[in-house]
Amino acid sequence: MICRPPPPVTRRQALLGSLCAAGAGALRPAPSRAAIAAAPFQEVASGIFVRRGLDEDVTATNDDAIANIGFVIGKDAVAVIDPGGSLRDGQRLRAHISSVTRTPIRYVVMTHVHPDHIFGAGAFHHDHPQFVGHRKLPQAMAARGEYYTRRLEETLGNGRAGPIVVPTRLVQSEDDIDLGGGRVLHLRAHALAHSDCDLTVLDRQTATLFAGDLLFVERVPSLDGSLRGWLTELNSLKNEAAQRAVPGHGPVSVKWPQGSLDLERYLDGLLRETRQALKKGIDIEAAVTTVGQSERARWRLFDDYQGHNVTQAFKELEWEQ
Amino acid sequence: MGTVMRRARAPRLRALWLIAAVLALFAAALPRAAGAQQESDAARAARWKALSQAIFQGRALHDGGGVVQLDAPPRALDAALVPVTLDFPGSSPVKSVYLIIDENPSPLAAHFTFGPKADARSLKMRVRVDAYTNLHAVAETRDGTLYSASTFIKASGGCSAPAGSDDAEALKDIGLMKLRLLGPFAAGKPLQAQLMIRHPNFNGMQMNQLTRFYTPARFIRTIDATYEGGTVFHLDSDISLSTDPVITFGFVPQQKGQIKIVAHDSSNVTFDHSFDVPGAGG
Repeated sequence: MICRPPPPVTRRQALLGSLCAAGAGALRPAPSRAAIAAAPFQEVASGIFVRRGLDEDVTATNDDAIANIGFVIGKDAVAVIDPGGSLRDGQRLRAHISSVTRTPIRYVVMTHVHPDHIFGAGAFHHDHPQFVGHRKLPQAMAARGEYYTRRLEETLGNGRAGPIVVPTRLVQSEDDIDLGGGRVLHLRAHALAHSDCDLTVLDRQTATLFAGDLLFVERVPSLDGSLRGWLTELNSLKNEAAQRAVPGHGPVSVKWPQGSLDLERYLDGLLRETRQALKKGIDIEAAVTTVGQSERARWRLFDDYQGHNVTQAFKELEWEQ
Repeated sequence: MGTVMRRARAPRLRALWLIAAVLALFAAALPRAAGAQQESDAARAARWKALSQAIFQGRALHDGGGVVQLDAPPRALDAALVPVTLDFPGSSPVKSVYLIIDENPSPLAAHFTFGPKADARSLKMRVRVDAYTNLHAVAETRDGTLYSASTFIKASGGCSAPAGSDDAEALKDIGLMKLRLLGPFAAGKPLQAQLMIRHPNFNGMQMNQLTRFYTPARFIRTIDATYEGGTVFHLDSDISLSTDPVITFGFVPQQKGQIKIVAHDSSNVTFDHSFDVPGAGG
């Protein structure tokens, strides 16, 4: 690949330019929208299909299809694991499932409350599935649903977000979903980490872990729970009997647990540098522009989320001192 | 030393609290444009005109220029925590200051009144920002003149949300306080301090989607800071302050002594804590 300094047209182009300059070990180019549209779902393991989300934020034209979403086919039932970022995103997922299998959709798992993962749930109402979520998901939906709907509709247009679908089956700590034919999905409700309602799904049959947003690859993580908690939960996830993981954002599948290394380095650095800033008496306004900047070239959308992540880390860690 | 919690015998309603409650109703009645970021400047100006009329009863608002400056990030990095700095560089002493977040459900976020022990030259706090909004700071000088400064904030993107939480975890350390002195003590010289209070400052406007009941709000209504018995500031506040409020203020210690903080919340619980200010070499 030939790297030339790009014309400074957009920040993203400028960012990709700097990635080129960073050389080996830097990000691969993001797959184009056309490439993702052409091969929307990939079979990452037998009977497990995942659609890669765009490395973008929601725009008027992308239907908030920015998270990795997928489904697992068993002998008797299909489980959707994250229904998508908008009603339209969910409808496309449902159409795709129908094109692959006639097995009924009996479960829609929502890995956490963030809009890019849950607003497609309304597309599955007619299937009468169980809507599965963390025990804290209903409370998080109550607290944020109206705000998320309003903000999503500001971008997508009125009525185009989709309904908030409250889970009908709550996971207290662990649970199993039997899809038939020996395929049992093992669900785990996590403590405060990426968010306050993270749920992960392990398919033991293929040793595939749906990590939800406890795993970001290539796209910069977003922290909305607890930095220390996330590191703890990530560490425990590494002990899952999985050979591969499906991240909430990034490639449809990565080797496990090796695929957690970049995220761990990022979170460790955020923890270390935020603590250092607090120790030096640096205030939050300054910390958001200085902490973790060495990670810039390694993540897409870094500038869109770094200040947010430092803010979250700062408010958590300032009580340690 | 030590934090004391007690339940007050009867709620004491303050005039400002009534104003805030009326404002919240009034703000809810104002139509919020679909796609708030597209709302026109004219609509924003009309909203501010109505709000300032309700709060200041038609008193003239002068350009803040040399009296009050307002600093906030142009885009909120986190909807639940937007740092705001107020500076009062002028020579005419400021008696009190109002912070108004025009598009928030309850726009009057804070009203600080400075006392004789204050160094009323700067304040910092953290607020929630629900939408694309103008932020106004209105300072009142001792002669009763009002000065206004404003800035525009774009709402945050991504997954952040202004909501607080009312769950057990958020209530665990409620009332815990920390105070950090940001410089060395020198008798008679202004000193900055950062006050941190553990409190969910839960905004309440959240329907439980299973029970269809609204969870009641729980937030800090007032904070009084005194130094050796003399007032540093009195704050009337609201649901627009972030969870775990953090306030940076100035005071003028004449000798070593104690800062006492008394916070009162909407559940009529009072939290107080005293902090030693060590004298020179102390």
